[in-house]
Amino acid sequence: MPEAALLEVEALDAHYGDFQALFGVSLSVGAGQVAAVIGANGAGKSTLLNSISGLIRSKANAIRFRGEPIGTLSAFRVLARGIAMVPEGRRLFPSLTVEENLIIGGQFKRPGPWTLKRVYEVFPILEERRHQASTSLSGGQQQMVAIGRALMSNPALLLCDEISLGLAPIVVRDIYAHLRGIVAGGTAAVIVEQDIGQALAIANTVTCMQEGRVALQGRAGEVTRADIQAAYFGV
Amino acid sequence: MNWVNTILQGVLVGGLYAMFAAGLSLIFGVMKLVNIAHGDLIVLAAYVALIVTDGLGLNPIASLLVVVPVMAVIGYCLQRGLLNRTMGDDILPPLLVTFGLSVILQNGLLELFSADSRRLQAGALETASLQLADGLSLGVLPLIQFGLAVAIIAGLHWMFYHTALGRSFRAVSDDPRVAQLMGLNNRHVFALAMALSLAIVAVAGVFLAVRTNFDPATGPARLIFGFEAVIIGGLSSLWGTLLGGILLGVVQAAGAELDPGWQVLAGHVAFLAVLAFRPQGLLSRASR
Ligand SMILES: Nc1ncnc2c1ncn2[C@@H]1O[C@H](COP(=O)(O)OP(=O)(O)O)[C@@H](O)[C@H]1O
Ligand SMILES: [Mg+2]
Repeated sequence: MPEAALLEVEALDAHYGDFQALFGVSLSVGAGQVAAVIGANGAGKSTLLNSISGLIRSKANAIRFRGEPIGTLSAFRVLARGIAMVPEGRRLFPSLTVEENLIIGGQFKRPGPWTLKRVYEVFPILEERRHQASTSLSGGQQQMVAIGRALMSNPALLLCDEISLGLAPIVVRDIYAHLRGIVAGGTAAVIVEQDIGQALAIANTVTCMQEGRVALQGRAGEVTRADIQAAYFGV
Repeated sequence: MNWVNTILQGVLVGGLYAMFAAGLSLIFGVMKLVNIAHGDLIVLAAYVALIVTDGLGLNPIASLLVVVPVMAVIGYCLQRGLLNRTMGDDILPPLLVTFGLSVILQNGLLELFSADSRRLQAGALETASLQLADGLSLGVLPLIQFGLAVAIIAGLHWMFYHTALGRSFRAVSDDPRVAQLMGLNNRHVFALAMALSLAIVAVAGVFLAVRTNFDPATGPARLIFGFEAVIIGGLSSLWGTLLGGILLGVVQAAGAELDPGWQVLAGHVAFLAVLAFRPQGLLSRASR
């Protein structure tokens, strides 16, 4: 790795009780870079993101951020270090309005460009709906709230768990266009998807996961779709 | 006139029940914890007030300035030091721990203060009353108690929907895992909720102790009244809690008017009727 990595995951294991969900997963993301993590349902992608974000505790050195071990930190401390998550299924707070959802994402504000005003500039529809219950929005709009909510803390690294899940293709393209702009602003990202298309187009590196293990890993330009397909289906 | 009087007295007592209930429903709402020790904490607050009024020579109302912060600190420490360790997906462990806490509090108070029943003396305020009409007068102390209950419920409601703390409470209640992802320290938020709950308990405890005799074993009955008020009013609504307290007070007063032995029983019957015919409570929004 020529550039100093922002995030380094090294030989990460994860367990749910007796069940081992991750086996020695390693992954590295440089500052401002995008890592795509691809894999079928149950491959361990969410477990990987939940480990990075601190929802699942790991060995201290299995996850390092800016060179410091963060594997044992609680989720709220990981956020304070500069890692924010867009969780699978969006998971907005149903009893909070759109604006309250955004504000709560920004209560641990690190210095940076993202403010409520900036989020509304990027997603004008959210300003129109700011006082509505978050549950009253369409799926795509809810995803915008979930992304905006994560950005409000001004993270250096954004974790996105299947942000295209359940959305129409045209909405997915729109969300990814926004994501491209966000990444261009210098925010690094780990993008988890089951679907290869959108994620691959934006990524610098690709990691394919299968049954809790890394099946294939490389620079986006160097691995072919055929390689990925092979890793994906385990042939 | 007699019945009007009965109902009005019931309404005023209902304010006290609403105070018992508000702390209980706050805790349940924020962290799905059923605090079995709630009644004993009310009694603990009464004993703290006893020490403060005796030791500092303060009037019970003035003693709130000391008792409320003391109970809030106890609540914060109780949550951080003990209850947080038991919180998880299973609601049974925290329930059992608060049951244990209830037993410990009762025995501890018995050791320290004996089984003698006590009462807080409020002096002239105890007997002061407003004459509204012939045969219809309202005590000043019950009026203050009722006013405080309404103020506490209104304040809680405002806090829930208009402050950062209330937003955190709602977020943690909605989805504790994602709340942590947004930078909320759930353990701290839970402890703040318990501190607030016990601050309300402190007010309830002081007014209870001025109104009636108390001893270390009177907690569980207060828990039942608070619990009944919460269920009657509806779990997800603070105004429902006030309504539940008032209805319980009125039904109890009406029962007592018919036959003194029916006071508590009438309340239980009303509670069971609500459970049977409208289990979500009278003012509850659609069940979540
Ligand atoms: N909370 C849990 N308890 C037990 N097993 C789980 C839990 N969450 C996920 N798993 C299991 O761990 C494996 C990986 O799950 P996950 O990380 O959610 O996969 P993905 O996000 O790639 O679909 C699956 O076999 C899944 O059944
Ligand atoms: Mg997943």
